[in-house]
Amino acid sequence: MTMALDTPRPALTDLVGKTLSRRRRWKLGEVVFWGLTAAAPFMLPRGMLLLNEVAILALFALSLDLILGFAGIVSLGHAAFLGAGAYAAGLFALHVNADPLTGLVVAVLAAALLGFLTSFLVLGGTDLTRLMVTLGIALLLFELANSFSAITGGADGLQGISMGPLLGLFPFDLQGRTAYLYSLSVLFVLFLAARRMMASPFGLSLRAIRDNPLRASATGVAINGRIVLVYTIAAAYAGAAGALMAQTTQFVSLDVLEFHRSADLMLVVIIGGAGWLYGGIIGAILFKVLQDAISLATPQYWQFWIGLLLVVFVLGGREILHGLLARSRTALAKLASRRAP
Amino acid sequence: MTAPALQTVGLVKRFGGIVATNDVSLTIERGARHALIGPNGAGKTTLVNQLTGVLKPSEGRILLEGRDITTAKPEARVRLGMSRTFQINQLFQSMTPLDMLLLVLCEQNDLGLKLWQKLDKNGDLAREAAAIAERFRLDDVIGEPITTLPYGKQRQLEIAAAFAARPRVLLLDEPAAGVPEAERRDLLATVADLPADVSVLLIEHDMDLVFRFATRITVLVNGTVIADGTPSAIAADPAVRAAYLGESLDA
Amino acid sequence: MLTILFDGVAYGMLLFILASGLAVTLGLMNFVNLAHGAFAMAGGYVTVVLMQRYDVPFVATLPFAFLVPAAIGAVLERTIYRPMYAKSHLDQVLFSIGLVFMVVAAVDYVMGSQQQLIRLPAWLQGRFDIAGIGIGRYRSFVIAICIVLTIALQYVLVRTRFGSRLRAAVDDQQVARGLGVNVGVIFSLTFAVGSGLAGLGGALGVEMLGLDPTFPLKFMIYFLIVVTVGGRSGLTGPFTAALLIGVVDVAGKYYVPQLGAFLIYALMVAVLFLRPQGLFAVAR
Repeated sequence: MTMALDTPRPALTDLVGKTLSRRRRWKLGEVVFWGLTAAAPFMLPRGMLLLNEVAILALFALSLDLILGFAGIVSLGHAAFLGAGAYAAGLFALHVNADPLTGLVVAVLAAALLGFLTSFLVLGGTDLTRLMVTLGIALLLFELANSFSAITGGADGLQGISMGPLLGLFPFDLQGRTAYLYSLSVLFVLFLAARRMMASPFGLSLRAIRDNPLRASATGVAINGRIVLVYTIAAAYAGAAGALMAQTTQFVSLDVLEFHRSADLMLVVIIGGAGWLYGGIIGAILFKVLQDAISLATPQYWQFWIGLLLVVFVLGGREILHGLLARSRTALAKLASRRAP
Repeated sequence: MTAPALQTVGLVKRFGGIVATNDVSLTIERGARHALIGPNGAGKTTLVNQLTGVLKPSEGRILLEGRDITTAKPEARVRLGMSRTFQINQLFQSMTPLDMLLLVLCEQNDLGLKLWQKLDKNGDLAREAAAIAERFRLDDVIGEPITTLPYGKQRQLEIAAAFAARPRVLLLDEPAAGVPEAERRDLLATVADLPADVSVLLIEHDMDLVFRFATRITVLVNGTVIADGTPSAIAADPAVRAAYLGESLDA
Repeated sequence: MLTILFDGVAYGMLLFILASGLAVTLGLMNFVNLAHGAFAMAGGYVTVVLMQRYDVPFVATLPFAFLVPAAIGAVLERTIYRPMYAKSHLDQVLFSIGLVFMVVAAVDYVMGSQQQLIRLPAWLQGRFDIAGIGIGRYRSFVIAICIVLTIALQYVLVRTRFGSRLRAAVDDQQVARGLGVNVGVIFSLTFAVGSGLAGLGGALGVEMLGLDPTFPLKFMIYFLIVVTVGGRSGLTGPFTAALLIGVVDVAGKYYVPQLGAFLIYALMVAVLFLRPQGLFAVAR
């Protein structure tokens, strides 16, 4: 191919290089955020159990963000992978080996396999078809888990799981400190991986698929293959979240596959904003805090308020909230740039 | 004799009862500056969509440099050297021109599945993206969100992206559409600047652009080719005049 | 076995009436309303309340089971549904799920979470014995009503001016408006009728399907399956699909109880994968 190009002027190359490396760099806010999460056991020693739930939900939300926020794939049945991971980890601990990390790996592989197999069902089709197929798969899994109650414990759940100490050194304590630090570590590691993957050429191609599939394929992106890959990865992440759930609570029940898990998760991701990785995490924090607060007031009917939140959010709340977020981000950025030399 | 750059053999496309492409056999030679013209609704974009794989033809074959690509997916055709622009800008709304150009370059260099690698691992791609941006007068907006670019720049980006794919066959679908008169000269310069070994099929309504650019013209009316030849032959062809050009043309 | 077939047909026809409103709003208005089941539930509770608190005979409650949800539907359509038409399917789904959560919780609060039971009038209880086969009276009644409604629906859609106006408005809103068709009124009316039919179906279904606050969630998927498998254009597709689903589900649960609803979900996933436009859809 003989298309000789002039070398661009150095200032431009410089600018391009700077833009790209600026995007990769860790922002101050991020460092502070993760620092706070690590410091939480000291700041909120009595809230460890709740914080553990937040970390797990954040990981689950991160997994949905990968397909929804980055590849534009809608799903009403992401709980299928949460459940697959949870049951895999639970059954593994119960029947084979109670080591947490081994169980985690097994669960991740199981969920990834399920994700891989079902990814072909979300390839072609409109948003609506995808919503229904994913919903159908989650329901299918629920029925399966229900039917094979001899293995899964059915509605009563998998009883008697007793996890070994983490890394052979740290037993799971009643306050939940080991649990939280375990979940947080898994979340952080997987977050780092996701950050890297989404900033790669692969991640860029996903965004192209999300924005404009027609253009993406006209650019040479083999859409189906990319979707299968990201869907499998997302399933693996969700499976990890499920495993953490099973291991830290030492219990798995059909509840993990219920529809409201997938529906609530959608809300979590869109509150924080899909497509920038932190959206799911922030959404998870907000959701859990809200859930905790509302449950104190109306323990039985808190789904009502979640529903109301969804309705308001979609009817116009989203624009208002994200407008506020955007304005505060620019304000913070201005503050930071004024500080920096 | 080497195969032509792009060729269709008896291409037919039916939508229910409507025949949008009627037995079209078109040949684009290597290094061609070939234009496809015709009134609105003649089926030009439908033809391009079949050439690029967006639509499946009902009958007939498509050959890219002698290779049968009739059933090949769009992304496969891009890898074989075909690239196109869209009549209505098809850009990536969440990206910047830099992102979009990098995407094209990454795909060209088979990096699309590299999920662990940095986006500009050794700076080469960044340099190339910068060069393309400069060439297409996008250097001043290279880092701006695409949604904030004026229409003319977006159009330039549309063409730059197709160009960045290093195509051997380039299909330009009405590149001047919506571009104000003053900027059309720039556009013509860009198109004329394309390397000689790239075969270009230009679909256009702007006759000025067509007659300045093309060395060969095909006329499509109601999905049927009614004339195919040199610009002067086409301008003189009474059938073409009658069907399309009208008496006002004095090319 | 014929009894099972009969039961399946009754179930299927009931599903059709329940889902017909959804087929119309989705197929014709391109709006995904997962809260459709809430209107069905409303109709069911209207019947229950009228019968239990006001001693209204069962059959007399049925018109109210249609009208109350229809009225609610009309009001909601004008107010909160309208801004959702232009939004993406995902937004519509999230919106309607939010509504369902609200309704389920509200009904639980007001009516309690227990299954609602009604006593059918004597003439609807028991069964006919025809050639040794037991044909439930109530199920026959349901089938009869559903057949009448289906014929009426098809007639309105295909043969009346309202029907052709509706189809025009769906095919091309702009053009229809230009031709003087009041698109807003038509959509409101259609939505109201669809909700009313759901309500009627819910009332008829109290005996056959049960009624508790989780009804919309339990049956949401069934309605969606009817519309997905049946295709979105017209009513004949969903009708056939509903019958198929009714029979398969009843037969499945009887012969292979281990699998429960598994068969139906698997059917849906398979259909969506192989023919995303629906098994019985007519190519547009």
